[in-house]
Amino acid sequence: MRAKTVDRIATAIIICVAGFIMLVLAALLGYLLVRGLKHISFDFLTSAPQAIKVGGGIGPQLFNSLFLLVLTMIITVPLGIGAGIYMSEYAKDNKLTAFIRLIVEVLSSFPSIVIGLFGLLVIVNTFGFGYSLLSGALALTVFNLPMMVRLTEQSLRNVPKEQKEAGLALGLSRWKTISSIMIPVALPSIVTGSILAAGRVFGEAAALLFTAGMSSPRLDFTNWNPLSPTSPLNPMRPAETLAVHIWKINSEGLAPDAPEIAAGASAVLVIMVLLFNLGARWFGRVVYRKLTASK
Amino acid sequence: MSAQGLSTNNLSVFYGEKQAVKKVSMDFEERSVTALIGPSGCGKSTFLRSLNRMNDLISGARIEGEVWIGDKNICDPHTDVVRLRQRIGMVWQKPNPFHKSIYENIAFGPRYHGVKGRKQLDEIVETCLRKTALWDEVKDRLSQSGLALSGGQQQRLCIARSLAVQPNILLMDEPASALDPVSTAKIEELISELKKDYTIVIVTHNMQQAARVSDRTAFFFLGDLIEYDDTQKMFTNPSKKSTDDYISGRFG
Repeated sequence: MRAKTVDRIATAIIICVAGFIMLVLAALLGYLLVRGLKHISFDFLTSAPQAIKVGGGIGPQLFNSLFLLVLTMIITVPLGIGAGIYMSEYAKDNKLTAFIRLIVEVLSSFPSIVIGLFGLLVIVNTFGFGYSLLSGALALTVFNLPMMVRLTEQSLRNVPKEQKEAGLALGLSRWKTISSIMIPVALPSIVTGSILAAGRVFGEAAALLFTAGMSSPRLDFTNWNPLSPTSPLNPMRPAETLAVHIWKINSEGLAPDAPEIAAGASAVLVIMVLLFNLGARWFGRVVYRKLTASK
Repeated sequence: MSAQGLSTNNLSVFYGEKQAVKKVSMDFEERSVTALIGPSGCGKSTFLRSLNRMNDLISGARIEGEVWIGDKNICDPHTDVVRLRQRIGMVWQKPNPFHKSIYENIAFGPRYHGVKGRKQLDEIVETCLRKTALWDEVKDRLSQSGLALSGGQQQRLCIARSLAVQPNILLMDEPASALDPVSTAKIEELISELKKDYTIVIVTHNMQQAARVSDRTAFFFLGDLIEYDDTQKMFTNPSKKSTDDYISGRFG
């Protein structure tokens, strides 16, 4: 009888905790959306911000966030997966790899403002990349790589060892076994890892203040030459992202409708993260099905 | 000895300090089934896995002695392990089909080894599935995942997969111990069929199974090869007392 009571209490507590978390999440989302949604319009999403007048939009910032995401992932994903494969399949278990693993963990818990300063000193100044999308993407890579490496390593280690042995026993080379047998099995976890990394790109502000900059040049959305300074595709131009923009107008915005813009931009940011999450999961599932013939 | 004969000479396997297999010398008869029996931890699986250098994957494992396939000592560090493994099929205790379609499970190996052309691959898939008596059960759903099959079917798919790269030798590590009696019977039937073309070495915990499917039986105990003889003789009139004790179920 006592064990049963304890069990009931534990169940009740767990349900309460879960409910509480759901409530916090729902309240947060609801608050952001209710405050922000009414400011979102096509015009708001596409027009440029206004410094002191009413009616500015977030067009360039929205584009910058997306472009920065793509740039960062182009750098992070191959490096992260490559290093993860090395750590799980090629590296010997010794003091050196244990040390690398420790470094990776420390790096993943680095405060992002410190990474921003590092980016300013090394990428922006020493490398001379200036305040640019590329600097921002590199800083975010420093920030995201550890997680990407660890998740890839972990997901490859979770592939049953019999899968690997079956590949090798068929006379496949090590690389073929990894790339064609193990990676498809590990793919869902790798996709999840990439989504988590991407979510941080959307949300990050501190690491970008000193790297991608806090301003956006006049963009000409008809100019698609990546070398031109007014082209949106130029990776060497400064670019204020949505998250940075929210921070900026909240702290020093002069436009009379700054609070509304911040609310609208926050809602857009949340919706973007949600959409990206769903989209990436869907994409991952399609690829996984294609590779594994599963339903 | 012919080009494909399999034998070991003073083969020892170490895991760190521990010696799991102690100087075992065995000749395997071609186109017949050799069963390795013995209590858990006696070294029989380790011995089996050193025949295609699968123990290389375990860090700290070390091999001494020789394994001969034809006139090649595969323990030689210059051996091309990848090529070697193509000639030796392997089947595990737990069915481990690739996370791919039934067709791909079989076609993957030969395609990697250079068989191009849809038609040839189709032929290989059908031949291998027929050899393992799986064709009639799966021919209409070759594009489905191999994991959608039952355990027994999965195991036969794994056998078919290993046949597809045309090995001469099949190593089986308790291939039926995770299966139900009906599936087990099918696997045993299959083994008797396959020995016409392949040299088969099978590790089993099931004494009746060893008696049913094998021509020769080797009894391992604590890393030593205790006795190795015709299965008939091993099970009726073993010459060592510990073999008799194990087979009649007095220990292990």
